[in-house]
Amino acid sequence: MRISTFFYTIKQGVINIFRNKWFTLASIATIGACLFLFGLFYSVLMNVQSIVKSAQENISITVLFDEGISDDRIAEIGALIEKRPEVSHTRFISADEAWESFKDEYLGEYQDGFTENPLENSASYEIYLADVSMQPALVTYLEGVEGVREVNRSEITAATLTGVNALIAYISLGIIAILFAVSVFLISNTVTIGIAVRKEEITIMKYIGATDFFVRSPFVIEGMMIGAVGAVIPLGIIYVVYNQVLEFILTKFSMLTKLLSFVPVETIFARLLPVSMAIGVGIGFLGSIVTVRKHLRV
Amino acid sequence: MAKSEVRGRRRRGLQTGSDEIITLNNVSKAYATGAPALNGVDLHIKKGEFVFIVGDSGSGKSTMIKLLLRELIPTSGEINVMGYDLVRIRHGRIPKFRRNLGIVFQDFRLLKDRNVYENVAFAQRIIQMPNKVIKRNVPSILATVGLAGKYKAKPRQLSGGEQQRVAIARALVNRPSILLADEPTGNLDPKNSWEIMKLLEQINENGTTVLVVTHNREIVNAMQKRVVTMKKGVIVSDEERGGYIDDED
Repeated sequence: MRISTFFYTIKQGVINIFRNKWFTLASIATIGACLFLFGLFYSVLMNVQSIVKSAQENISITVLFDEGISDDRIAEIGALIEKRPEVSHTRFISADEAWESFKDEYLGEYQDGFTENPLENSASYEIYLADVSMQPALVTYLEGVEGVREVNRSEITAATLTGVNALIAYISLGIIAILFAVSVFLISNTVTIGIAVRKEEITIMKYIGATDFFVRSPFVIEGMMIGAVGAVIPLGIIYVVYNQVLEFILTKFSMLTKLLSFVPVETIFARLLPVSMAIGVGIGFLGSIVTVRKHLRV
Repeated sequence: MAKSEVRGRRRRGLQTGSDEIITLNNVSKAYATGAPALNGVDLHIKKGEFVFIVGDSGSGKSTMIKLLLRELIPTSGEINVMGYDLVRIRHGRIPKFRRNLGIVFQDFRLLKDRNVYENVAFAQRIIQMPNKVIKRNVPSILATVGLAGKYKAKPRQLSGGEQQRVAIARALVNRPSILLADEPTGNLDPKNSWEIMKLLEQINENGTTVLVVTHNREIVNAMQKRVVTMKKGVIVSDEERGGYIDDED
């Protein structure tokens, strides 16, 4: 392709955008609305997952040992637990630490009456899981380990969180699928209307001897630009709104901040920005190619 | 071969030869519904000829133009234009074929949102002509059709005759071997019609083969050119210096 033809094609693509203002606006609005919903849903999903994940991280299993067990054996059991793939990390609480914690929490000023540690046999491991769905398997394993007296777990919480996580994944997949089906329908309709207006122009070009590539290129450039703008606008809105909503929640419901861990906007955008841009430009590219193709057989 | 066509060819003493630029051999075209639009048509046109194709609505004129543009493919028969076999040509080669063909329509078919200069320049951009050549060629061809002063005007600012001149300039700017004009005076008043026909005659005198499909009896009778008359999908007459034959039905 000649350099002058290249620039001519780009110029025609840009001119098309301004020449068909209503078509351009309708297309940008359609792509923008779909990508806004996509971005919104993605942001909510990321936060819910983050909250579930942090809740999972707080679920622990406590392992208590047989009376009179040696420190060496406790260390050995600790090493065995650390090796398990479902374990995120462990914390050893010695008998003295357990007593100190108990005294502070429950006895207050009455704690002076004790000269010996009544929780002498209460050294334990707190085990935090990388994946809470593996909790039952780990518990079964731990109960079989020699020297382990008792394994305490919170089965209901673990099962609930696993269920919630799976439910959210299914719902999000479903909504994203519906969203894409709707957006493909809307965009294809918008592009079809836009092309119908220019059918005559395409026919003239073909009669004069324009190649399919020459006819198609300005439309493709137009489509990609509309797609890019259609992606940038909702991204901008989401960026501003997200920060404001986060600020609102953190100031109005400050007690939630300890319970819930929100994802910073930068983390959300690290993936949302390239994905949205790719979807916007991709829809513009494919939409224009497919729709122009119908009219090229002249 | 239709009887009338044999008669026509005998009268004109035509023979298939290397100087033929358009050749139709036993061409038929049937649409999915209804009677055949063309039925066993033979037509041979030599380089540099000026030919009128006349006939009533439904005679097959438009189908023939569409076949010559390779917008349609015949149901049977052979079509050869400028050495291109239009039955077997690949889709990708059609643009190159059409670039050697100037086309003028009854409704002008100009790009409405571009000015006169850009409409004509468009034909040159398609063949990737460098800008400096376009800047030289377009004003020159606009001067030929008498529109040098209106290069900035949009089609809607021009009269019908002027719009048809722009269409002719666009058809000519790439120096085609053949100019196909489909009812070029159909939307014009008598004065403009004559001016357009004079322009086409001048183009023909400069060596371009001109094929004009028309209803305009007065012009056909006055110009004394070869006239091919069609009726119900067949050629009923082919006269060297012919006139418009009235429908006898």
